This record gives sequence, structure tokens and C-alpha cells, in this order.
Amino acid sequence: MLELKNVTICYKDRPTVKQFHMALKQGEIASLVGESGSGKTTVIRAVLGLLAGGGKITEGDILFEGKSLLKNTPDQWRKLRGSDISMIFQDSGAMLNPTRKIGRVFVEYIRTHEDIPKRDAWNKGVAMLERMRLPSGETIMNSYPFQLSGGMRQRVGIAMAMTFQPKLLLADEPTSALDVTTQAQIVRQMMELREEYGTSIILVTHNLGVAAYMSDFIAVMKNGEISDSGTREYILNESRSGYTQTLLDAVPSLGGARYA
Amino acid sequence: MLEEKDLILEAKHVTRRFPVSGGRELTACNDVSLKFYRGRTLGLIGESGCGKSTFMRFLVRLDVPTEGEILFHGKDLTRLKGEELRRTRQHIQMVFQDPGGSFNPKMKIRDIICEPLLNFGRIKPSEKDAVARKYLEAVELPGEFAGRYPHNMSGGQRQRIAIARAVALEPELIVMDEATCALDVSVQKTIIELVCRLQREKQIAIGFIAHDLGLIQSFAHQIAVMYLGSIVEVLPGKAVEQARHPYTRALLDAVFDTKMDFTKKIESIDSEIPSPLDAPPGCPFQTRCGRCTDVCRRERPALEPIGAGHEVACHLLKEALV
Repeated sequence: MLELKNVTICYKDRPTVKQFHMALKQGEIASLVGESGSGKTTVIRAVLGLLAGGGKITEGDILFEGKSLLKNTPDQWRKLRGSDISMIFQDSGAMLNPTRKIGRVFVEYIRTHEDIPKRDAWNKGVAMLERMRLPSGETIMNSYPFQLSGGMRQRVGIAMAMTFQPKLLLADEPTSALDVTTQAQIVRQMMELREEYGTSIILVTHNLGVAAYMSDFIAVMKNGEISDSGTREYILNESRSGYTQTLLDAVPSLGGARYA
Repeated sequence: MLEEKDLILEAKHVTRRFPVSGGRELTACNDVSLKFYRGRTLGLIGESGCGKSTFMRFLVRLDVPTEGEILFHGKDLTRLKGEELRRTRQHIQMVFQDPGGSFNPKMKIRDIICEPLLNFGRIKPSEKDAVARKYLEAVELPGEFAGRYPHNMSGGQRQRIAIARAVALEPELIVMDEATCALDVSVQKTIIELVCRLQREKQIAIGFIAHDLGLIQSFAHQIAVMYLGSIVEVLPGKAVEQARHPYTRALLDAVFDTKMDFTKKIESIDSEIPSPLDAPPGCPFQTRCGRCTDVCRRERPALEPIGAGHEVACHLLKEALV
């Protein structure tokens, strides 16, 4: 469904991501893990054509359902983003306009992609919020982003991203800013998305535990290159890569290594 | 294991209320009692807003509690003033969450590490360079870093500088407020190893705030679990699996690690932590507990010992014991 073919991405003239290769089928979850600055976010931003600060794809191709995304016109992008491919950010609060209520933003978003009356868009929004286990969607539609907790805002972000049942969901560190119990809730919700809608997910995270729980495939990135990749079982148990081992050893686990 | 002669600091029934608009009060810490021992780590764990940072700030006297006392070798920290307070501060140091924000960006590393020593007249200005190098090496950084500025360093390196600054005064207690949560896992591991080595060498007591139970159990001697301003369970770091409080169990279930069973369904608690402004009477955890009873809604459970170094505040367990 999605294929990244030897993609190289440069900011100015410096390559940030080199020869990145990945193929994803419908309903599969893949994770990109690695340390800060290893190019994880750059890869998924490239998929959505949202490279910041003059980033450019200099080599390779990105195919979504067999069609290259690189030659898309702004109009084609607008159709694709938010409906077939959508994204969840690390802090959904920053994505929402702080001076407008959730409802207004949500209705505007729905009406950009679908020609329906305001009232129907509102109801659709409420239904989506409640589907994401947010209590009383009406209240949330009438709230400002700052009135919600981080976990609730993140669920609003997921609800918006899932409104048009995208085929592909890009999640950029969706749980990093959250508490552990909230993280568990969000992880569960993303797993349910796959079961219900068959959504494919690319997850960017530095939390190997979450990556291991959710993904079918894991790609370990280092300095803009894939240093190791394979199925979850391969990465966790069979990989001979020294860097993968270092990362795995660093994950604190219950009953694991103790330092004191 | 934890002996009274090694007791450095003891917090007794500490409560902190903040006034909020509308004449209401927010109780950030509710009757918290904890003990810190020489050469031991106490991990304080809980979700954002549960009061863990508020509590730790009392220990370094960045704030004073509304009620209760904090005894440092028998002296009540909350009553100290002036020069005596200043002299006491050198024994208790702090490492903050964001190593970028806790340094003056215009000071060189040498000055950052030596400033506390100069403040207390421990060294002469001419010795600065040698001393800075010594502490840089203690935290496994090259001595040349003394001439750098904080912005020339990575997050992990800056956190090492913060640790160097904290240990420079040879304190008895260091408070670390989520000192590793802004770092990558691999860097986090090396920082934890460093902290544990320094602790062994210098017999420092450490108070470590975290929200990751998996991390804290890997190096803490005691773990205190905080929920909505109250300590709900205190248990030995080695025995997290024996946790009994429903909240601690939920935290345990929420740990993702690479050795877990991936087919396991996530049994996370669904609701949100209530606002501390309208904390319920009775057990703080009642709104999210699956086994809440009438007693839980009426009475606030007290911490009761159930094993060696293991205390739980839960009505359900008391009934099970009877």
C-alpha cells in the first residue's frame, strides 16, 4: 500500500535521511525507533509532503497505492491529507488553535473534506469523540484546548485523524508527552483502530517497549539510515546488530537489570 | 536494610494547600510522611499533577509546607532562617528535569560547577579550573569541557554537568526531579549508571521523581507511590511485583517493555485523574478503582504495614487481612 523506495531527504544540501526503504501492507503497523535526531520524524513528514524548512526529497520515490506522491499538485495533496492519510502529532494541543473551541476547529476540518451542513458535521464530531472513549463529546466540542488534559487532547487529535477512516495513519511520538496510564490508553486505542478499520500505522517513537507491543515491523534508525530492520520477533530476539542490542538493553524492564 | 542510624531526612505529616480563586483550596500534598536514608534511593512515582514535585521542593526549601515538619538530622527545615538556612542548603542539592533551563547560558561550565563551591568558600577562585576538571572527570566527561558553554553540549552531557554541580558540595541528599525523562533511553541508562556509581562511592541519599515504574524499580531501594497528593503505597524497590494497591497494579500494567507478552490485552484504567481541586473525600483513588466500596467513599485509608518495608493505604486489603 505504501512504499518508500530508497528515499534520500536533504535539508539545504545535507542529507538527513539516506536510502530509506520500507514497504507497508494494509492493516500493518510499522515502527521507526531510534535516538533523537536520527531522522525518524523527517521520514513520516516526507510521506505527507510536509517537510519543514526547505527539506527536499533528492532521490527515490514514495508510492501510495501504486501512485507516486512526489508529483502531487497542492490540490491533490489537499484531498489526500486528512482523509486518506492523516497524522497524529506529539502534542495535539499545539495542533489545535488555542483561541477557538474544539468544536469549531473540528467542524471546519470535516467540512473541508466533506460537503455537509454544519449541524451534521458537529454531530459527526461528537460521535467520533465518543468513539475515542472521551466522556460527553458535546462538552468537549464546547471546550478550548487548554481546558483539556494532555491525554484528552491527544484523544481529540486521534478522533480528528480518524474521522475519515484513513488508510494510513502517521503517528509522531503520540504517547511521549503522556503519563504511563494515559499512554496505555492511547496505545490500546490505536490497536483498536487497526482492528476496526484495518488502518495501517507508521509509528515514530523512542519508546521501544511501545514499539514492540504495537508493531509487526520495526526499523531501527541511526544517523538517518536504517541500521537494522525486520519483524518484531527478529529485532527483539535474533538481531545481531550491536546498536539494536544497546537500545534494547537500555529499556528498563520489570525484573530486568538492577543497578542498586 | 534501612537502619535508623542512617536516617538523614524525615518528612512528617507534610501537607501543602494552595489558595485558588473563589476562596477554594487545592491540596497538593496531603499528610505525606517519608524517610530518606544514607546511600539509599527513594523513588517517588505518580502521574503529572499528583504532587510529587511539590513535595520534593520542600526538601530543598524552594517552598514550605502548610503543615507538618521536615527533619534534617533532627532540625526542622521549615523553621530555618537566614545564615543557618544558607549553611544547611549545601547538604541538600537538586538536579532538575530540563538541564537546558537550569543553567545560566552565559556561564561557562567551569563557573557553573564551581559556583556553589565559591559561594560556600570551599575553594579559591584560582583553583577553579582544576576543581572543574576533577568533577567533570567524576561524571565521565573530558576535562576540556570546562571552557565550553551549556549550548555546546547535548542533553545527556548537560545532565551530567547538572549532576557534577550537585555533587560538588558533597551533599548528603540529592533530589532529582525527572532527571532523565528528557533523554533518549540509551542516554538515560548511562545517566542512571553514573548516579548509582556516585551514590555507592559517596553514600549519598537520593530522592528520585519519575513516572516510569519500570525505570524507577531498576535502581531505587524504596518506592513511594503517590496519587492525588497522598502516598498510597510504599514498597521495596526489589519487590514491585508484590505491589498490592490497585493504583500501583495499574501502573505495573501500564509498563511496556521488550520482554512482555505481546498478546496481553491492555487493562488500562479508562478515566482521567480527578482535578486535585475537587478531590473526593475518602480514598483518593475511588473514582478510578474497579473495586470501590462504601467505606472507600467515606473514609480515607491510612498507610498500614503489610510486610518488611511495605505499606499500603487501601481498605480492601484491610478487609482481606481480617
